[in-house]
Amino acid sequence: MNISVDLIFKIAAIGILVAVLNQILLRSGREEQAMMTSLVGIIVVLFMVIQLISTFFTTVKTMFQLY
Amino acid sequence: MDIFKIVGIGLIATVLAVVLKNQKPEISMQVSVVTGLIIFIMIVTKLSSVLEVFKSVAQKIDIDLIYISTIFKIVGIAYVAEFGAQICRDAGEGAIASKVEFAGKVLIMVLATPILLALLNLILKLMP
Repeated sequence: MNISVDLIFKIAAIGILVAVLNQILLRSGREEQAMMTSLVGIIVVLFMVIQLISTFFTTVKTMFQLY
Repeated sequence: MDIFKIVGIGLIATVLAVVLKNQKPEISMQVSVVTGLIIFIMIVTKLSSVLEVFKSVAQKIDIDLIYISTIFKIVGIAYVAEFGAQICRDAGEGAIASKVEFAGKVLIMVLATPILLALLNLILKLMP
């Protein structure tokens, strides 16, 4: 299980990057692109989180025999 | 010791979540979800050894295994339901959190009823 701590930092880095990009695009007048970048950021982070959640669920299933 | 590592991870993740809170609340919520999952997965190996000890003790006293596995199932359901409900409540969705908790309670009731019935039958048998 490659569960490592730097996943938290990766997600936080993506979040900060998307927030900064959002501000830049907003200031330069492209509101819809700002919206798109924030959506893309959320979806990328969601992929990582879902992969970790599935690992969590399989762990709990095998741990507590919750078949 | 592990506890220092875990508290360190928790504090750093809290700081990162707060940093992201006002710009991107949805990503800060996901940071807290990921932190909870990582901490649980780090601890779960220790939990499995405790559960093995319980199982071996139960076999020694030759308690029926169905009761012990039901207890484990109920603990598992309770933990996962509480985990999900707490995350929903952190994100500010109290309604969803209470629904998740309600579903967890119902599932635990469903699991517990066979044991209750067995107990009642036993009591009825003991009655004169």
